[in-house]
Amino acid sequence: MPNIREKVDVCVVGAGHAGCEAALACARLGLETVIFTVSIDSVALMPCNPNIGGTSKGHLVREIDALGGEMGKNIDKTFIQSKMLNQSKGPAVHSLRAQADKADYSRAMRKVLENQEHLTLKQAEVCEILAKDYKEKDFVGKKIIGIKTFTGTVYECQAVILCTGTYLKARCLCGEAITYTGPNGLQPANHLTDSLKELGVEMRRFKTGTPARMDKRSIDFSKMEEQFGDERVIPFSFTTNPEDVQIDQVSCWLTYTNEKTHDIIRNNLDRSPIYAGIIEGTGPRYCPSIEDKVVKFADKERHQVFIEPEGLHTNEMYVGGMSSSLPEDVQLAMYRTVPGLEHCKIVRNAYAIEYDCIDSRQLYPSLEFKSIKGLFSGGQFNGSSGYEEAAAQGLIAGINASMSIQGKEPIILDRSQAYIGVLIDDLVTKENKEPYRMMTSRAEYRLLLRQDNADLRLRQIGYEVGLVSEDLYQSCLFKKKQIDQEIERLKNTVVGAAKENQDFLISHGSTPLKTAANLAELMCRPELSYEILSAIDPLRKALPNDVIEQVEIEIKYEG
Amino acid sequence: MKTDTIAAIATAMSDSGIGIIRVSGNEAVEIVNKVYQNVRHENILKKYKSHTIHYGFIVEEDGTVLDEVMISVMKAPRSYTMEDTVEINCHGGVLMMQKILSLVMKAGARIAEPGEFTKRAFLNGRIDLSKAEAVMDIIHAKNEFALKSSVKQLKGSVYEKIKNLREEILFEIAFIESALDDPEHISLDGYSEKLSDKLENIIMKLDKLLYSADNGKMLKEGINTVILGKPNVGKSSLLNLLAGKERAIVTDVAGTTRDILEETIILDQIALNMIDTAGIRNTEDVVEKIGVEKARNISKEADLILYVIDGSAVLDESDEDIIRMISGKNTIILLNKSDLQEVTDIQSVIDVMRKVMKYDVTVSSKDDSCYKIEGFDYPVYIIKTSTKKEDGMELLTTLIKDMFFHGELIYNDEVYITNARHQEALYDARQSMEEVRKSLEMNMPEDFYSIDLMNAYTSLGFIIGEEVGDDLVNEIFSKFCMGK
Repeated sequence: MPNIREKVDVCVVGAGHAGCEAALACARLGLETVIFTVSIDSVALMPCNPNIGGTSKGHLVREIDALGGEMGKNIDKTFIQSKMLNQSKGPAVHSLRAQADKADYSRAMRKVLENQEHLTLKQAEVCEILAKDYKEKDFVGKKIIGIKTFTGTVYECQAVILCTGTYLKARCLCGEAITYTGPNGLQPANHLTDSLKELGVEMRRFKTGTPARMDKRSIDFSKMEEQFGDERVIPFSFTTNPEDVQIDQVSCWLTYTNEKTHDIIRNNLDRSPIYAGIIEGTGPRYCPSIEDKVVKFADKERHQVFIEPEGLHTNEMYVGGMSSSLPEDVQLAMYRTVPGLEHCKIVRNAYAIEYDCIDSRQLYPSLEFKSIKGLFSGGQFNGSSGYEEAAAQGLIAGINASMSIQGKEPIILDRSQAYIGVLIDDLVTKENKEPYRMMTSRAEYRLLLRQDNADLRLRQIGYEVGLVSEDLYQSCLFKKKQIDQEIERLKNTVVGAAKENQDFLISHGSTPLKTAANLAELMCRPELSYEILSAIDPLRKALPNDVIEQVEIEIKYEG
Repeated sequence: MKTDTIAAIATAMSDSGIGIIRVSGNEAVEIVNKVYQNVRHENILKKYKSHTIHYGFIVEEDGTVLDEVMISVMKAPRSYTMEDTVEINCHGGVLMMQKILSLVMKAGARIAEPGEFTKRAFLNGRIDLSKAEAVMDIIHAKNEFALKSSVKQLKGSVYEKIKNLREEILFEIAFIESALDDPEHISLDGYSEKLSDKLENIIMKLDKLLYSADNGKMLKEGINTVILGKPNVGKSSLLNLLAGKERAIVTDVAGTTRDILEETIILDQIALNMIDTAGIRNTEDVVEKIGVEKARNISKEADLILYVIDGSAVLDESDEDIIRMISGKNTIILLNKSDLQEVTDIQSVIDVMRKVMKYDVTVSSKDDSCYKIEGFDYPVYIIKTSTKKEDGMELLTTLIKDMFFHGELIYNDEVYITNARHQEALYDARQSMEEVRKSLEMNMPEDFYSIDLMNAYTSLGFIIGEEVGDDLVNEIFSKFCMGK
């Protein structure tokens, strides 16, 4: 029977957080795009923690949004709790983190994909990447001509973006029980690795893990500390109206492991696939399994455990801080030592997952393979971890696949421009021995790369690429202008040593003036703020909050 | 690593009996093979095993035998540079060594830059940067003290101290960063107070290193010693006496040293850069005036001032000028011409000092012939000498030695940082820590001063040739439990 042959511009393999951004970017830039997934029900799935954002990851989401990506908008629609982390610290490390309703998040993203012009969502396993030998000035290698699915359909295309997440030759481990599946028992992709190897791509194996999910009704929350969201929620997306996100929030809960928990783990280490040597993949150090924590930090008497809802329409609760690959019986015994979990019922067991990925030094900073023209990749396939890291790479891979098809220069963000720049530069230039996670300490220019100014840093690039509308770009320019003018005005507004001014300063615990000073100078004093200074600044015009925030931060940082 | 082949005369350029020409690089063996023949006149150097030595001849292109030599072959990586290295042990004599070297050049080697062998040893990973620099210091050491310090550095004591400091700093950064990245697991509450204490300790250690860096500089390049005094009190005689030869023009006419005379002398193993100045007096002579002004400026840069007074004459306004110039300096006052009738004694010097400095100075005896004048921030000694009779020179030598190596400045067990680059990096690290201190005082957030801590860590890394790389991330994960 003859096979179907289709002709498109771009094929995106995988519909996780990287794949969704990549496909949306291509389609929005006018390219005929197909996004493949092994299950339509797993679009933008969150198979691990139910959060979007967090330290440095919140920065990534803001940057994705500024460039015209979808993640920020989607979490604003589907969050059930939100917090600005590190508020007691400097503005550079403030980070948004929201609890998502996982099912809603997935559904909302699927709707966006389904309604996107030029984009087709297709359930199929991609088994083969089709490429031909290719030579041009300064290049000898291969060039993408299409893909082939398990059922034999060929899609001819100019670019392929690999966003396979943890699905390549995936293997899940729960003690002695080993299943050859993707996350949540989903179908793995067992054929693509071989095709990539034939094209000369070098593969490696990483692992990660996730904790158990529990039935809410079996948990005694009275033994735990309640964790609330912020009173005033700040949206991720610069386009979301802040009033729209002031919703009723749900709580998370904090409890702790204890010596009993640790004893059970220690006594059963021989049954852990990692310690028994069954797992070959390298795991991430920043989210260690509870076994790892107990072994490596033996002197710690307790570890924190966060109980977080998976959504509004489910009883499942995520047990943050206790991922494990121990056998089911050990898991149950160990969880039941934790205050509040004494009678817990496990809905889904904790497990470790192993998968094929690449050493991303095979890529250019554009996220195109050095040896295969038209082949791009993003997300866990590139050896990173995290939804946000994946989305950021997916967006850039999507943009650059489009740029390449349209004969334009790729978008490469510098380390001084964006966390995304740091992320990709680290991935394509440094040896990563474990799944790569974004951290604020990796950003040398952290004081400049704040989540609050991501729009000012990146809107223009998003606009030039074609993912940010004229209106949004103009409003960003206007905001910039307002900020600059207000800073100028404050610098030029001189405050004399008149008695009312001195009284004002003294009343706010500030030293009186010896000579005249401008308002910007006064704002540099830790005890004074833009708001406080309004009393001696009668000529001030009303400005939007986000403008005031930038004025304040820029002046205080300068001083 | 592919590099070109370098060659240089490794021994002193003097008329010694034996000289060594060292050749290093990928083609070292092939190049020397072109100019070397064994007793049977065969060019078979390439066949020799590593770490063997061979008798033979250096032969010119036309077959003329230039010299009888021993050749040692050391193949990579078992050589100082970790490259193929050949050493030609030839007969000494500047001319012969230069001839052989130019023959080796013709055969394809390039002349090595100063220190290039050591640079290659560093680049090829044989020694760390501070060891590499210490080797350079050995090459340039002007005296035994500097040599001792360089050797000590070679053993890696600087490396150890800097490494420990870096580890201390890195731990703090890692703690801050892990708390910033995982605020729900790691808290910074009360951290700034803890850091304040640790900070003072780190700054103290940096100061100590900087202090010994100052000493190191003096040791290596000699102590800048300025001789001051009125005309004709015996300054030039003193210099001649110490230098052991007639250098300055010594006459009985006052004001004959009109400019600055400089001479490096080794005084009982200590290098002194002696600077003789024009006598200081109120003068109308233009040339002499310039000389006086120069003396004034130079004494500002001095590590040590030798202030010579004519004990057979009375002190006057010019002496008061000089006393103003020596304030804040390590000083030895020489009450010279003790062979003549004493007019000015120690007490009268003290009296003038009291008058000029407007605060109390007293004198205490160090031993019979040497007095310390108390009341200054810097050590000031007074001794009696006679340059004419060569009296008191031994006393002066001992005193200088004491002052710099056992007395007011730390010497024995301290680490010497003998290089300006080290000093600069140390200074940068110190500045960064000062920024941290300021931030703490101003209650700035942790993510702010963690950057300064990182800068300090980076600066200290320059000294021992280490880059930052993944240090921080590794430290975070090994020391702090991050959780998901």
